[in-house]
Order: sequence, then structure tokens, then C-alpha cells
Amino acid sequence: MMLRLSGVHAHYGAIHALHGVDLEVQVGEIVTLIGANGAGKSTLMMTLCGQPRASAGRIVFDGEDITRLATHDIARRGISLVPEGRRIFPRMSVLENLQMGAVLADKANFAVDLERMYTLFPILHERCEQRAGTLSGGEQQMLAIARGLMSRPQLLLLDEPSLGLAPLYIKKIFQTIRELNREHGMTILLVEQNAHHALRVADRSYVLQHGRIVLSGSGRELLANPEVHAAYLSGGHA
Amino acid sequence: MSALVFAQQPVSFAERLRDAAATAFIALLLGVPMIGLTTVDQGGALRIATRWPALFAFVGVCFAGRLLLRWGIDYWRAQRQSAARAASAASAEQQPATSLLLRRAGWLALLVALVLPIVFADNRYVVDTATTVLIYVMLGWGLNVVVGLAGLLDLGYVAFYAVGAYTYGLLATQFGWGFWQALPVAGAMAATFGIVLGWPTLRLRGDYLAIVTLGFGEIIRVILVNWTEMSGGPNGITSIPRPSFFGLPFKPPGDEPTFASFFGLEYSPHQRIIFLYYLILALALLTNLFVSRLRKLPIGRAWEAMREDEIACKAMGINARNVKLSAFALGAMLGGFAGVFFAARQGFISPESFTFNESAIILAIVVLGGMGSQLGVVLASLVLVLLPELGRDFAEYRMLLFGAAMILIMIWKPGGILARREPTLAYRSAEAGR
Repeated sequence: MMLRLSGVHAHYGAIHALHGVDLEVQVGEIVTLIGANGAGKSTLMMTLCGQPRASAGRIVFDGEDITRLATHDIARRGISLVPEGRRIFPRMSVLENLQMGAVLADKANFAVDLERMYTLFPILHERCEQRAGTLSGGEQQMLAIARGLMSRPQLLLLDEPSLGLAPLYIKKIFQTIRELNREHGMTILLVEQNAHHALRVADRSYVLQHGRIVLSGSGRELLANPEVHAAYLSGGHA
Repeated sequence: MSALVFAQQPVSFAERLRDAAATAFIALLLGVPMIGLTTVDQGGALRIATRWPALFAFVGVCFAGRLLLRWGIDYWRAQRQSAARAASAASAEQQPATSLLLRRAGWLALLVALVLPIVFADNRYVVDTATTVLIYVMLGWGLNVVVGLAGLLDLGYVAFYAVGAYTYGLLATQFGWGFWQALPVAGAMAATFGIVLGWPTLRLRGDYLAIVTLGFGEIIRVILVNWTEMSGGPNGITSIPRPSFFGLPFKPPGDEPTFASFFGLEYSPHQRIIFLYYLILALALLTNLFVSRLRKLPIGRAWEAMREDEIACKAMGINARNVKLSAFALGAMLGGFAGVFFAARQGFISPESFTFNESAIILAIVVLGGMGSQLGVVLASLVLVLLPELGRDFAEYRMLLFGAAMILIMIWKPGGILARREPTLAYRSAEAGR
């Protein structure tokens, strides 16, 4: 077991955002977490990263309890977060962004990893000297993912990578997620509002509602589930 | 009317006249009570007198001024548009050209700085003013670490300047320490105060941080005013020894060897002024070297990334606390060094020299220069120090001039005089890099 959350609660001030969440991620899996706006998806992601800390429950990563660790120490354990809204460093160049992603990595790997990212996202190669803030939304998302991969993480957390992107880019992002998993064996926990894409790419999936896990199963099962279909898939997604 | 000012199309002469006439009409309306009528004291009674010629002159000036202003703006816009068109055609080559130009400007500025006291060897005023400019350049470079690179808005930077100055003042007058001995100690002292300020404010950002740092600057000043036994209170510390040239004092010839007698020169008080100038130049250049080197190291990049996005930084595994504290400590240390120099140059310090006004000017230098730009700080220091100097003839209007210059810079260059940021890393392909 790579990651196990058991009975995790989280609060934002007085707001009780997560009510005892249990979730597991195995090595080599893509696990997705779907749910409506405000269901607590991003909170769960941030709680995993220690911001806010879980107010109750345990988060175990690779056999180690990381519930109480600081955000940067969690990152040092090999968990890389690609945050919601991309959060690239806009006034720094694309290359510098990637370099920041590699802060924890062995310096000797930098050149090789950089080439790997440029192969994965050729557009980043083209734009490497450009200020990251001048990239389009889709390109920024690719940069954010590439930055997250530069540390050679064991677990990649993707928070709403399709948010606000054009359909063409969404397709490309999900293709990349699949490729990372199938070809590079990357373990991925993906949070998405775009349930259709998320379920199709997933090995296993969880549905979060009002801070509670209400359903779980393989991506295929949930795709076929009439409740899931009614709640998350019939909103006009292709 | 204002919409007309910014019209993109060429405007006819009749339209210009109409626009100017409208302005003149408003001037007339406003001018009747303000200029046209005035009260005269006549034998103890107030009587209303008229000043029609003055009013008509005023209206005439407004008419002509408006006509000229609009013509000027239109002309300037047309120029800029054609320049922009030309630039977009050649924009690919433009960027490296600009950075080359900036680098050349930097070397030229250094050359000017090096020969300045030789050219103006007997003009004490010029060398003194240049020394003041360099103090602000150094302070600006120091604050640039905190504000420009790490993005922590610090309104109390003068506190560290004061800590450096008082540390040297006390060590020198109470314990007989020399300039060079006291310099590192004062730097360390200021850095400690930087951490003292940084620690409780770690979780603050933007305006909240600005308020706390503002308060910190005032606390230090108030302590200096009130703790009379330690700081001499409002009277400050007097007769602080001046720095010597490797042990050779700048004094009229006496029993012990002096700078002049050792080198077989005739004694002149200018020697010390020029020495002080080169001293601050060296300190400032060291600061610059130090900061530009740091920018290319992981810590410098972490500062910049922290300015851009703190959460993303933490997710990359960066310890935000250490990064912020190091920025505060290093910025404070550089401010402390500048303070030591200030105390040694003046020979007298008092809390008067460390008011909020100083913090505001240093911050203005960083912001107007373009946050994070080293050369920008130099240009902004020149503007902000020399403008009040040049404006001495304007007497009480000089602060007005100062304010107007700041507003104009913000209108023309909202990102600062030099807003362009040089990347710290250039891409070489893996093959070339290996």
C-alpha cells in the first residue's frame, strides 16, 4: 500500500470540510476522486499535503505516518502536488520553473529529466526561455505537471488539471496522465470535476459528497453506475 | 473631452481649436471667482476689486497650453505606434539586444563611478552627494533582497540601518573598536534583528506584513530616543571615529604617521572625503556582487519562487520559514553594513536620521527602479537623491517636484524604470550540457 487515509477529518476554521475519509492508493495505480463543487476534493488534496493538517485520522505514506508533517517535509517523502489553478511561477522563465520543481532531486539527473519533460511536452522546449506567465492556460498546466515530475516523485497528486482548459488541451492532459502511468509506472491520485474523463482514465475511483466518500469502485463500474451517471455525467459531457 | 485626448485618428485643426476653447471656457468659469475677483483692504473695510487682465491672461494660457498639450500627446502617440510597429517586426532580436545594452550601461555607470572623484577631486559637494547616492544604492540593493526578490513588503528597513549605525557608534566610542572590526559584528547584529522581525511575521503577507514592519521600524527609533543610557537619547552619539586607511588616519600631520605623511602627500581634508567615497563604492559593489551571485544559487531562486507563489513553493519541498528568514537576515545585514558606513562618515548619529521617511525613500528606490533590478536601483537612487538636491532652488516646492517625478515614473513605467527581469538560467540541450 502506497498511501492510506483512514478516518481523516479536516477543518477550515469553523468549517468542517472532511468527515472521516478513508482512501487508498496502491503502487502503479491511477486513483481518481470525483465530486461536485465544494464536496471537499481539493481540501482532501491539501490535507494530504498538510495544509490544513488533518484534525483527526491518519495519513500513512509508504509505511510512514505523515499526518503531522510540514508541507515541505511531505514533499520530501516523494509526494508531488500539481496544485489547483496550476500555480506556476509567472515571472520566472519556463526553465526556472522546471528547475524549482527539481529542488529536491539529485542535481546529476537534471539534464536528463529536463529532456524527458521536453519529450513529454515539446511545447515547453519551444518556450523554455519565455516567462511562464505568458504561456496559455493549457501550456501552463503542462508546465505545472512537468514541474511536479522534475522531483521524480513516487506519488503524483493532480488537483483539477482540466480546470478552465479548452477541450483539445483536456484531451492532451488526460492522454499524458495515461501515458505517465502506463509507460512510466507513475502512481497518480487525480482529483477532477470532469468526471467523464477522470473515470475513463482511472483504475479505481472514489466519489466524494459533502466531505464523505459515498461510493467507490473501479472506473468502469462507476461509469456504469446510474447514480453517478445522473449526478456527474449527464451534465453535457461528451 | 478626455476621450478626445486619446483619439487614435488624426484630428482636424478645427477640432483641436474647439477642444482648447472648451478648456478655456472652464478656465474662465473657475477663474472669475478665483482670479477675476479679489478683496482689497481699504481703510479697514474689505472691498471687492477686479483683475480682468490677469484672468484673461490665465484663460489665454489655458487655451494655448491645452492646444499644445493635445498636439504633443497626439504626436507622442503616433511616434509610439510607429515605433511599436517597427519593434514587433524585430522583436525576436530585441530581447538579447536590450540585455546587452543594459549590461553596457552597467559597466559605463561603474566607470563613471570610478573616475568621478578624480575628475571632481577639489569639489567637495559633488563627491559628498555622490557618496550619499551610493549609500542609498547600497540600501536599495539590500532591501531589494527582501522586497524585490523575496517579495516581502518591508516598511521598516531603516531599523536595520539604525542597528548597524548604533552598533558601530557604541563599539567605537565605548570600546574603541575600529571600523573594520566593527563592520562584521554590526552586520551580524542587524541580521539578528532581521530574524527577530522575521520570526513573528512568518505567516503574514502583503499589507499585514507591511504594517508590522512599519511598527518595527518605529519601535527601534522610539527605543533609541528613550533609552538614554544606551543610545544617548535624542542627543545621539557624537565623535564617532572616522575610518582609517589600513591604520593610517586622515589627519593633519602630527606625531604618528598619517595617510598624507605615509604616502608623502600634502595633507588635504579632501583625501578623507574621497576615501569615504571609494569605501562606500567598494561596499556597494560587494553587495551587488553578493546579491547577483545569490540570485543564481538555489536560495535566490527560492526567494523569487516564494514571491511568486508560496503554496507552490512548499509543495516543491521548500522550507518557507528558512527561505523567508534568510531573506530578512541577509537584507538586514546589508542594511547594517550601510549603517556602519553612515555612522563612520557622519561621525554623529541620532534617531533623527532613522525616521520612517528614510524607509519610504529606500522602498521608493526599489519600487521605482523595478523590483529586483540591480541597475534600476542605481537609476532610482540617482533620481531620488539628486532631484531634491537639484531642486534646492525651488525651496519649498522641491517636495512637490519630487512627488511629480514619482507620479510620472509610475505613469510611464508602471513596473519601475527597469522592469525587465533577466532569467538566471539559460537552456543548453542535454548533449551540450554534459
